[in-house]
Amino acid sequence: MISLAYRDVSNSFGRYLLTGIGLGLLIGVTLTMAGVFRGMVDDGKALLRSADADIWVVQQNTLGPFAEPSSLPDNIYRGILAIEGIRQATNVAYLTLEVGRGSHSVRVMLEGIDTQQNPLHLIAGRPVMRSHYELVADERSGFKIGDRIPIHRHDYEVVGLTRGMRSPSGDPILFLPLKDAQEIQFLKDNDALFRDRVQLKENPQLNPPGNPALLDAVEQQLFSNHRVNTVLIQLLPGANPRRVADDIEKWLRLTAYPKDEMEDILIGQLIAMASKQIGLFLVILTIVSAAIVALTIYSMTQTKLKEIAVLKLIGTRNGLISRMILLEAIGLGLVGFLTGKLAVTYWAPLFPKHIVLLPDDTLRALLITMIICVLASIAGIRAALRIPPGSAIGG
Amino acid sequence: MTKTHISEDTMKPAIRVENLSKTYGSGSSAVQALKNASMSVQPGEVVGLLGPSGSGKTTLLQCLGAIIDPSGGRITLGGDVLFENGWQYSDRRALRRDRIGFIFQRPYLIPFMDATENIAILPMLQGQTNKQAYSRAAELLDILDITERGSARIEELSGGEQQRVAIARALANRPPIILADEPTAPLDSHRAMSVMQLLHEMAEKLKTAIIVVTHDENIIPVFKRLYRIRDGVLHEETGEGRAFDALL
Repeated sequence: MISLAYRDVSNSFGRYLLTGIGLGLLIGVTLTMAGVFRGMVDDGKALLRSADADIWVVQQNTLGPFAEPSSLPDNIYRGILAIEGIRQATNVAYLTLEVGRGSHSVRVMLEGIDTQQNPLHLIAGRPVMRSHYELVADERSGFKIGDRIPIHRHDYEVVGLTRGMRSPSGDPILFLPLKDAQEIQFLKDNDALFRDRVQLKENPQLNPPGNPALLDAVEQQLFSNHRVNTVLIQLLPGANPRRVADDIEKWLRLTAYPKDEMEDILIGQLIAMASKQIGLFLVILTIVSAAIVALTIYSMTQTKLKEIAVLKLIGTRNGLISRMILLEAIGLGLVGFLTGKLAVTYWAPLFPKHIVLLPDDTLRALLITMIICVLASIAGIRAALRIPPGSAIGG
Repeated sequence: MTKTHISEDTMKPAIRVENLSKTYGSGSSAVQALKNASMSVQPGEVVGLLGPSGSGKTTLLQCLGAIIDPSGGRITLGGDVLFENGWQYSDRRALRRDRIGFIFQRPYLIPFMDATENIAILPMLQGQTNKQAYSRAAELLDILDITERGSARIEELSGGEQQRVAIARALANRPPIILADEPTAPLDSHRAMSVMQLLHEMAEKLKTAIIVVTHDENIIPVFKRLYRIRDGVLHEETGEGRAFDALL
């Protein structure tokens, strides 16, 4: 038996293909939005992965260090280490800023770490070995080994590269020694220091006559930094994260989040609003795509109603006509899906934000596209079945 | 196709219509489009069906083509009663496919098939193999003298060639009757006459009865017998039956 769908598509292949490609671009946009959503979730998890901590210790009653500001003294880790079940406690400081790259600037997150205790998975170069002015950059920042990055008062040399290290906002992370990060985060510039010193000197309570040591002590306290944002804890085998976290909260008056709770904060709270926004946009895009597919298939059927009436008049079964419309709809969906998949594969790397294309999402998109096409074809099939064969006779 | 009633083994016209009526609507708004129409057409005969717009031509054609339900009367096709107190065949689509040929005002060929496929689709719908269907299409293309245009797309065919393919499609299922609805309407007089000549040749050669609905005054002289319909009433007339040589 002649395949009506094949013949119809062959006859107007160019138009059919263009329609499919147009639909595909729409599917590509939908897939991209899904990828952006997955990317946000993955960004949230990437930091957790890179930190590799069992517990996050932050300032008391805060959701820090990302959802809320958190500041801890950098010697608190000693007290933490005294609690049972803890193998290692590491100070970490985070800050987000713009750094220069050539004539442009790039937004990055600086992560100050103890470079001896936190081995990074490098894809090139070496770890930070010196105590100052070296850093390891994520490749997405665009920096290369040997680049020198001016940050505040100093230049930092890129000595190694990592992959997939991103902040919850998707910014690439630059890893540098903790002391450097503290200095960048808290230390003031020379003019500000000068003005503060003048003010301190003019204050008779802080600079009383005959006691210069008091002013020195105040300045030292004010102009040095011994704060970090969080302490990352790794537990001994068998230790219960929740129980250890409770002990930290009880004895040190801090807040401690086991890894899964920190994941909830990062994914559930920090990006919840953005992900809801994208989710809604995704739903709207899907509905728009469905409407366009339905209209396209309906229009394709409308243009050949006379031929369909003739087919019915000469005895073509409804099933054969319905099959033609259904197959054309499915074909259109397949062309659209392949175009969309191809498009998103090529354009995803061009996006500044991290886009994650999961095979499951791709399969889901294929399934949804097919369901939409089948449902959309119903409108066309109904129109075709409603046309009376007698309409082929007379005017 | 479920045949529930077959009878009449007397010699048969290709189609016989007796007291056929069709009423649209009911009560005070009822319109009687056909009033006790009777006609018969012999195998190989071409008869004309004439009448002004709204006279009931299309209604009669649709009744004969098993497209709409007559309100009463009887239709017999080659001895088989098709309609009498309702259709005697449950699958009227199959009835049309297997026993009736249609030619329309315009060719209405399926644009996404080539000429051969437009003809072969009918035998295929009947369940014949592709080989049988294409063989039948080739045979008809040959009879209609357009063999070399068999693989042409419809848009590549001239108007005359398209009408020939349409005629071939109507003949593809070897129907005892062809219903032609103003087949010469869009054609100039010369081509209209050529189509009528072709229909006469096919009717004679294949022993197919053809009812031609027409408004075209130029082709009326070719009919030996014709029916005029006015306000749903059918009258038989004797035509001139002039030779095509004299008209072309």
